[in-house]
Amino acid sequence: MEQIVYNHILVRFGELSTKGKNRNEFIRKLSDNIRQCCSDMPDLRYERTHDRLYIHLNGMDPNPLMDRLKDVFGISSYSLAVKVESDIEAIKKTAYQMSIQSDEDTFKVETRRNDKQFLMISDEVNRAVATVILKNSDKKVDVHHPKLRIQIEIRKECTYIMCWTVKGAQGYPVGVGGKALLLLSGGIDSPVAGYLTMKRGVEIEAVHFASPPYTSNAAKQKVLDLASKISGYQGKIKVHVIPFTEAQLAIYENCDESYAITIMRRMMVRIAERIASANKCLALVTGESVGQVASQTLESMQTINDVTKMPILRPVVTYDKIEIIELAKKIGTYETSILPFEDCCTIFDPKNPVTKPKIERAVKLEEKFDFESLLDECVKNEEVIVVKPVKENKNLF
Amino acid sequence: MIYFDSASTTKLNKEVLDTYYSLLVKSFANSESLYDAGMEMNTLMEKSRASVASFLHVAPQEVFFTSGASESNSAIIKGIAFANKNKGKHIITTQVEHSSVMNAYHQLEEEFGYEVAYLPVNEEGVVSVEDVKLALRSDTILVSIMYVNNESGAIMPIDEIKKIVKKSNAVFHVDCVQALGKLSIDLKDIDCASFSAHKINGLKGSGLLVKKQHIHMLPLINGGQQEMGLRGGTANAPTNIVWAKTLRLALEHQASAMKKIHELNQLLRNELQKIEGIHFNSSDRAIDTILNFSVSGLTSEVLMNALNAKEICVSAQSTCSSKSKSASHVLLAMGISEEAANRSIRISLCEENTEEEIRFFIQVLKESIKKYGTNRV
Repeated sequence: MEQIVYNHILVRFGELSTKGKNRNEFIRKLSDNIRQCCSDMPDLRYERTHDRLYIHLNGMDPNPLMDRLKDVFGISSYSLAVKVESDIEAIKKTAYQMSIQSDEDTFKVETRRNDKQFLMISDEVNRAVATVILKNSDKKVDVHHPKLRIQIEIRKECTYIMCWTVKGAQGYPVGVGGKALLLLSGGIDSPVAGYLTMKRGVEIEAVHFASPPYTSNAAKQKVLDLASKISGYQGKIKVHVIPFTEAQLAIYENCDESYAITIMRRMMVRIAERIASANKCLALVTGESVGQVASQTLESMQTINDVTKMPILRPVVTYDKIEIIELAKKIGTYETSILPFEDCCTIFDPKNPVTKPKIERAVKLEEKFDFESLLDECVKNEEVIVVKPVKENKNLF
Repeated sequence: MIYFDSASTTKLNKEVLDTYYSLLVKSFANSESLYDAGMEMNTLMEKSRASVASFLHVAPQEVFFTSGASESNSAIIKGIAFANKNKGKHIITTQVEHSSVMNAYHQLEEEFGYEVAYLPVNEEGVVSVEDVKLALRSDTILVSIMYVNNESGAIMPIDEIKKIVKKSNAVFHVDCVQALGKLSIDLKDIDCASFSAHKINGLKGSGLLVKKQHIHMLPLINGGQQEMGLRGGTANAPTNIVWAKTLRLALEHQASAMKKIHELNQLLRNELQKIEGIHFNSSDRAIDTILNFSVSGLTSEVLMNALNAKEICVSAQSTCSSKSKSASHVLLAMGISEEAANRSIRISLCEENTEEEIRFFIQVLKESIKKYGTNRV
């Protein structure tokens, strides 16, 4: 018996189906994202219909592709498929071959007849195919909990037969929701916040505040590694690294120790807002979670939020630490996040940070020094680094 | 780049590199093979062994090639402990040994039921000969004490200690890593010793284990006939062959190098003394290659980052523990507070360093203290 050669991947779109007139744009974006994710595989060909994307493999090994599609938001599910002509004998033959290549002992045939001109109705196709398998193998039908699901999609021009379906990443295609700027610290929470933002279709750029020599190059590299780990969801991430030492020293010279963190956060948000505007980002994203630390009480959030009109998205704001850690492990950032490098928040750890800072008091403290020109310097000296999922290996390895 | 971290590792000597390269390219045969190409490798390796042995004034059969001093330390400590377990399970060492020694002893204590006495050191980081004498028991099977401490530069009174250990039944092991190429080492009455090539401008992944012939020791790495059955595995012949050249060059330069390093050390001390808030952790009797000090108002990490930004390479504690967050066990044993230990910097000098480098370092240090130190306001 000849081996089945899978020649297609069939991609089903997610939530988009409910999106009315925006639908076309969504589908176009999703197709673009899929193409970009496979841009190093030039032999692939794409075919789009109103609710499916078909990827022609043209002889390529489907395994790496099946793996990569897991990370593309907007996909509901996808299957490895064999394309045959829309002829019941061809369908029966291929479906049977597929079934005996599987070790599973129970099966179910599920036909979807797109072409209503096809001579048999779906149920008749199900029965015809199942009969061949039942007669020629030991497999049994189980309509409720089949271990092997043989799906048949009959179209006018051709029929797709598949049995390996993978759940997609869900969400919306990255980019349909515009762009936001993620404040990336190096901790556990902010990469998760970035992931969740991208999942809702919002593209992200990242801003990181570095305070050399209080923070090391290793700490900066850690942040770039984190960005790299979540960059796969949108192809690449632009990271703005802001040299923050001077501003931080000024804060500590001019402001009360208890308000230092609050003022520092306000400065960060001001800088982030400027970076966001310059890069067409419509919102800021943080990994803040209510009550986690002193600077994340509602009073703190209000005082910090007061310096910007831009919306601040806080995707993990109501999550427990455990829930955030679970997600961080799932997206592969946890192990990097817990590496022990100082970040600029832990450097001047004040003994008694204020938990209920007042806006008026923060404003008053800030009046004591010319922070605007410091912020200008910060923005002017930003370093922009574009990170991608896999680093290139030079000749060394 | 200004490299002040020679106690951590050193640059490969060009002559050693050239020899190593030509060996790698031309000679790949297994030194245990019986055909000509293999026997030639074996001959070269044995010549190297004999040469190393003559420099160290021991017999060739007493020199074993290893992957480095950490392996040598582990192999000696466990090998001696296991071979003598019926004679006793008591071992003596100091509180300031290298992590490869410390952790071997912790393992012997925790997993194998040995009893280890960790002798204290004085404020100069030196162990007392009297303490060694008092700690020795009839069931003491091993005494291991480093020659020169890698963090403080303290020189241990090895010549006196060995006289005392000789009168007992215990084996005397000396970790000579930071002494090789700096001090004259007399291995007479030292039963076992460890050395590393990359601390004397040799290859990384290359060490020596010296074991006197009368000492019984179990192998840590079991294998075939290599290294007289004490260390299995196909010999790293090219690496072992260049040991002879590495050691010869280091010893030939020792006197002139140490003279220059002494002058650099004096300059560094004098300049540091002028800066307010500097406290020397290394005594002035420490080896000239290592100078450890604490800076008030700046933690090791911050100062190292600031120096790194100016391409000055220094260490805080031992590089083998550089990623640990806890304070140096060596400095704590010397009675230095944890807070001061967390502000320590170790400069380690080599012959290639210059006066200009020291002056530039001092300048950067002063600027960093002024700009980033918490005492600045």
